Amino acid sequence: METEVKTKTTTGAHTMAQNLDGSPTMAEQKQPEVKMSASQLNLWYGDTQALYDINLDMYSKEVTALIGPSGCGKSTFLRCLNRMNDLIPQVRLQGDVTLDGEDIYDHSVDVVQLRTFIGMVFQKPNPFPKSIYENIAYAPRLHGTGTSRSELDDLVESSLKRAGLWNEVADRLDTPGTELSGGQQQRLCIARAIAVNPEVILMDEPASALDPLATATVEALIHELKDNYTIVIVTHNLQQAARVAGYTAFFHMGKVVEFNDTDTLFTNPKEQRTEDYITGRFG
Amino acid sequence: MDKKGFSQHISRQYNEDLEQIITGVMTMGGLVEQQLEAALDALVDGDQAQGEKVVTSDYRINAMEVELDEACTNVLARRQPAASDLRLVMAVIKAITDLERIGDEAERVGRMALHLLEEDRQRSPMAEIAALGGQVKTMLRGALDAFTRMDAEQAVRVAQEDIKADAQYDSIIRHLMKYLEDNPKSVPPVLDIVWATRSLERIGDRSRNICEYVIYFVRGKDVRHTSFEQMAAEATGDRR
Repeated sequence: METEVKTKTTTGAHTMAQNLDGSPTMAEQKQPEVKMSASQLNLWYGDTQALYDINLDMYSKEVTALIGPSGCGKSTFLRCLNRMNDLIPQVRLQGDVTLDGEDIYDHSVDVVQLRTFIGMVFQKPNPFPKSIYENIAYAPRLHGTGTSRSELDDLVESSLKRAGLWNEVADRLDTPGTELSGGQQQRLCIARAIAVNPEVILMDEPASALDPLATATVEALIHELKDNYTIVIVTHNLQQAARVAGYTAFFHMGKVVEFNDTDTLFTNPKEQRTEDYITGRFG
Repeated sequence: MDKKGFSQHISRQYNEDLEQIITGVMTMGGLVEQQLEAALDALVDGDQAQGEKVVTSDYRINAMEVELDEACTNVLARRQPAASDLRLVMAVIKAITDLERIGDEAERVGRMALHLLEEDRQRSPMAEIAALGGQVKTMLRGALDAFTRMDAEQAVRVAQEDIKADAQYDSIIRHLMKYLEDNPKSVPPVLDIVWATRSLERIGDRSRNICEYVIYFVRGKDVRHTSFEQMAAEATGDRR
């Protein structure tokens, strides 16, 4: 598997030394900065190996989509990125995962603290059985990042605003989070993840339980969040990966078959297995 | 076209949709070839019946373009094709536009041929025009063949034939300009010949376009507006 990302190249007349408006060309634009990286990552559930030699870079303030058939290891890989697999007995891991170059599996790393840097949003919205306000305020209070009521008020408001939910819930913050619609609940979970000011947000099928309109809202939110956060998203919906991600990795049988910028991967994949999967052919 | 590649989708209906589109392009290409053949018979041999046939048959090509456009739109809307399927649909959408325009050019050649029936055809450089007609007819056939087989290397060979067509066109135009200098009263019939010659040259250009779409489909590289050397490099490069 080749993890080096090729900058998009074209061969038409538009491939010029400089764009007509004087802006930098694709080749001149600087390479994205690596935020998280996995190298030679292998994982076993007991005797069963689930991930094989994964080498994958996730770029800062970009959306990276992980696609592939069920059981290919993409969710397992996602959970490695904030050590969620630590909670599963009999999981054995080999290789490195780094955040800003630091090994997140180092013995000195506080896992609870790590997860404030690397938040997670799950397939099924899972708000706490508390008010909307408390859903957001809970973790900051726990981590001591918001102590006074006014600090927490500000944090709740800014988190809900960044998650695009504030206008819909501003007048009912005491309502239980579980009374919101599915799409609103998922955005509440995103707001909750944002509240501890993470640098990376992991999303495991965040829109698969939502209707098309709520999905579109969540996708629009992902697009906006990209400006401030590094996002890694697992999705079964290929069109969703194509819509939201700048980079896409195709997983198959525990291996990364292909990783490239999303435009290239969806129009001109290099690997036959990728082509077969994204075009719905027999593998 | 390697039809096998389009018969391996999990959805059989998807296979059928794509195969119908491919078959439609072949049928449309066949119709366009017939139109060009008839237009050349009218122009070079002065066959009036063929000239009238060209002028009255273009509607069939136009109808096929509309039909295939709709089929491609439906595939885009219903299937959201990706990778080679997407490139196929894009190549077809572009190719049928060029085929329709080739049909229009053939119709124009037919019209000019009918005008010329009333003129002194002996003074026209008809042998040279026949050679240009034969050249672009061969190019069109080659382009359609490359499209049918999705053969990028053949597409390059056919596209390069456009150099010869352009040279033949330039030679005919020089000849006609010289003739006009010597015979300034012959402007109307000479203009008819100029228009017909121009249409033939454009058919060569559009056949080249079709070849470029073949390379795009096979290699995933956009070779429009590039040199023949670049085109050949992209078409023969290792894809995978």
